[in-house]
Amino acid sequence: MKNPINGLNKVFDNRIRLGVMSILVVNEEISFNDLKQMLEVTDGNLATHLVSLEENGYLKVHKGFIGRKTNTTYTITRTGQKAFTDHITALENMIRGIK
Amino acid sequence: MVMEKTWRYGKNGITLRLKVLFMSFQNQPTEELKDVRHIREMMERSSRFLSLSGLSGVSAGVFALAGAFYTRHYIFPAYYNDYNRTGYDSVSFDWLRMTLLWVASLVFFLALASAFYFTWRRSRKQGSSLWNITSRRLFWNTAIPIAAGACFIIGMLWHNEWRFVAPASLMFYGLALVNASKYTLTDIRYLGLSEIALGLLNMFWIGYGLYFWAFGFGILHILYGIIMWVKYERKS
Repeated sequence: MKNPINGLNKVFDNRIRLGVMSILVVNEEISFNDLKQMLEVTDGNLATHLVSLEENGYLKVHKGFIGRKTNTTYTITRTGQKAFTDHITALENMIRGIK
Repeated sequence: MVMEKTWRYGKNGITLRLKVLFMSFQNQPTEELKDVRHIREMMERSSRFLSLSGLSGVSAGVFALAGAFYTRHYIFPAYYNDYNRTGYDSVSFDWLRMTLLWVASLVFFLALASAFYFTWRRSRKQGSSLWNITSRRLFWNTAIPIAAGACFIIGMLWHNEWRFVAPASLMFYGLALVNASKYTLTDIRYLGLSEIALGLLNMFWIGYGLYFWAFGFGILHILYGIIMWVKYERKS
């Protein structure tokens, strides 16, 4: 999973996945629609990336209802939090190294 | 299925945000920095309501000043004319109370509506929605202290205690703004602190509530509105 050269996490190569993690790390819980709005992506596109993040164990899905409408919310897992922190640290190191 | 305990937002989130904030200030156009900027933008966009318009403050302040002016130059003279001629009489005192209540409600409604309008206009211009997780959070965290203050003031009026209405409204409003500042532009915090200080001062100049109101809800709103507009909106 980790790129051996610089410690950057391959999962976060994608801007949408990176955005999802950035949002989850500062929000306790967030709904699919809020994510969609903030990232400005289509349903299908967002769903694909969310599935891949879930498969990696980085986020947890909670399915609920508001009335009859489904309301799916997401929270970050400890693994996800650690992976994201490591990724930021790696980014930091790279930026420092370039200087 | 992931059967893991979820991570709770807390101190770590804040540390991480500071780190990202610091990194995104360094100015090399590398891929890594673009990533960091993206992370920072998403963190900001998802945790604070940033479309609040300075013009909302200006318009609310203008309505407050208009209300205060009308009260000072039309309602008060009308009442004191009667008072000086015939002395205290409960009919004209009731008229005064009802008129003041109506003017205050009208000012509150117009100020709120105009504030909504300018913020709605700005969020539309930015292409963001007015009703999302950040605006909801901002709304509830402002509404709770305001509602508590409103109940408190209605309680005071119920007991025929009108002297502390102006200081109490300034202080509760100030507390609401200090609370709101965690969920929107941080400048609001200083406006809130100013309102609190003004409310405290007003406690010792009880007869001048209208002037404190005009200053707190009128002048300060306009002043902060202009500062925020210059700071965030003029460029775009």
